[in-house]
Amino acid sequence: MRTWLLPEYIEDVLPADARRLEDMRRLLVDRFQRHGYQLVMPPLLEYVDSLLSATGEDMELATFKLVDQLSGRMMGIRADHTPQTARIDAHLLNRAGVTRLCYAGPVLHTLPSGLMRSREPFQVGAELYGHADLQADLEVLRLLIEGLTGLGLTGVHLDLSHAGIFHALIEDERHAADDTAALFAAIKAKDLPALANLAPRWRHSAALRALPELYGGPEILDVARARLPDSVVISAALSALKDTLKALDGSGVSLSFDLAELGGFNYERGITFAAYVEGSADAIARGGRYDEVGKAFGRARPATGFTLDLKPLLEIVPRREYSQGIFAPTLDDATLRAEVRRLRDAGEIVVEALPGESVASASCDRTLQQTSAGWRVAPAGPN
Amino acid sequence: MAITIALSKGRIFEETLPLLDEAAIQPTDDPETSRKLIIATSRPDVRLIIVRASDVPTYVRHGAADLGIAGRDVLMEHDTAGLYMPVDLAIARCRMMVACRDDFDYEAHTRRGARLRVATKYIQTAREHFAAKGMHVDLIKLYGSMELAPLTGLSDAIVDLVSSGNTLKANRLRAVEEIAAISSRLIINRAALKLKRAEVQPLIDTFSRSAGSGT
Repeated sequence: MRTWLLPEYIEDVLPADARRLEDMRRLLVDRFQRHGYQLVMPPLLEYVDSLLSATGEDMELATFKLVDQLSGRMMGIRADHTPQTARIDAHLLNRAGVTRLCYAGPVLHTLPSGLMRSREPFQVGAELYGHADLQADLEVLRLLIEGLTGLGLTGVHLDLSHAGIFHALIEDERHAADDTAALFAAIKAKDLPALANLAPRWRHSAALRALPELYGGPEILDVARARLPDSVVISAALSALKDTLKALDGSGVSLSFDLAELGGFNYERGITFAAYVEGSADAIARGGRYDEVGKAFGRARPATGFTLDLKPLLEIVPRREYSQGIFAPTLDDATLRAEVRRLRDAGEIVVEALPGESVASASCDRTLQQTSAGWRVAPAGPN
Repeated sequence: MAITIALSKGRIFEETLPLLDEAAIQPTDDPETSRKLIIATSRPDVRLIIVRASDVPTYVRHGAADLGIAGRDVLMEHDTAGLYMPVDLAIARCRMMVACRDDFDYEAHTRRGARLRVATKYIQTAREHFAAKGMHVDLIKLYGSMELAPLTGLSDAIVDLVSSGNTLKANRLRAVEEIAAISSRLIINRAALKLKRAEVQPLIDTFSRSAGSGT
């Protein structure tokens, strides 16, 4: 039996990548914390009742489940940090004002979310609760941009949308759940032929059919104003997008709009966004406002945030040159021990040779050698 | 930025040529005679890749191609999450049908709710069609010559594409139910539309204009 074989879409992260992934995690969490986002570490698994109460059917299918031997209840392994963070905000911290939280850790998906995606994404994200103004949306957008550029990504492109528009167009209309789901899916896929069949059942038929074509540069916001019905909610949504454009001017990212990017069906009602970079066939980060998510935990709070998976970023974030280690002899010598200590304090990797160990096998490119002037670091010669 | 379009050989390629021509894209090789899988075009920023019809959505989803042309039959079998499909090109038209032997009383069998054995290449489509009718079916996956299955007793019915109906007739089969009208769709990778909009959008516009069914 090939006992070393791992399940499909499950992989080890080997030293070269693990080092980079850990660096990216640290960099992002450090940034988030410097903006006042406090790190939380929710459990890897909890009862499905709480894990899935605030999510849609997609998340239910994506969650691995098992039975708790202590309580006999069904537990799930988290497929997303967002509901857990919302639970912490709504129930445990229970603060009245603004709460800023961030997280970093693995999640599990029963099925890969994309063709080349791991079933064990490494999620990093930030959430801001308790503030409904555009200022809060802008804060998380700026934080995302700072994080992505901090990782060394260039040419970041942000695609903005506003989930409130679609919901304003179908609001107060009662249709079979299947019809609503089909309409939602057709708009998301820009499936105009399907939409031509579905939309006439709805009052704002023309506007729903226009939605998939309302994408592009800033000019699209004026087009949208002309093609969508004149309602308070829609007008406010378009203004919010315009203000976002203005506020992010000079942030170094390119912006576009797509009013048919609806996010998930259940909770998004405000600005949503996705970040793209060249070389990735899918968005590298997603986020937005989902004010109702805390309701399942007894306290609906304004909420906005974003999440990203570090694993696909390993392919995209530019590789930096890491210094290799220094290979030190093992001698009973106080001056050697002092020098090794000094080098390690300075951030160097120093490997102390075990009997028979070679420079190459210890992943070192330099050696520590004794000279008349004391211990010196020298490039490792060919073995 | 350069654009890659995924196409399949045969009917889809033939009927796509006039559409490409509208966009001033002429392939420099004919895939029927050339063995090349990557075909350059008269526009230096556009190339075609020739893949199996059922692989087109995979190439586009991965971003290995920015755009693709795929039959609705293929898209119905695939998970199309993350793809845009804005234009019905109205080419390579045919119908997805249920067919059975001339002498098989399909209506009676479905009315009684009998369990039906169905042979098909389109497992997903067949499963959903019969599930929507509230029927149990045993699906048999075949890769070709579906018509043989009811004739040899392998299955009661088949789900297959029908264009003229001549193959059915020649094999004493009859089409009993239409599942969907099929034609080819333009599909687009999500990131390509965001990042290469300046190059991709004119192609979408040209295609939907010449297909006359953009909206």
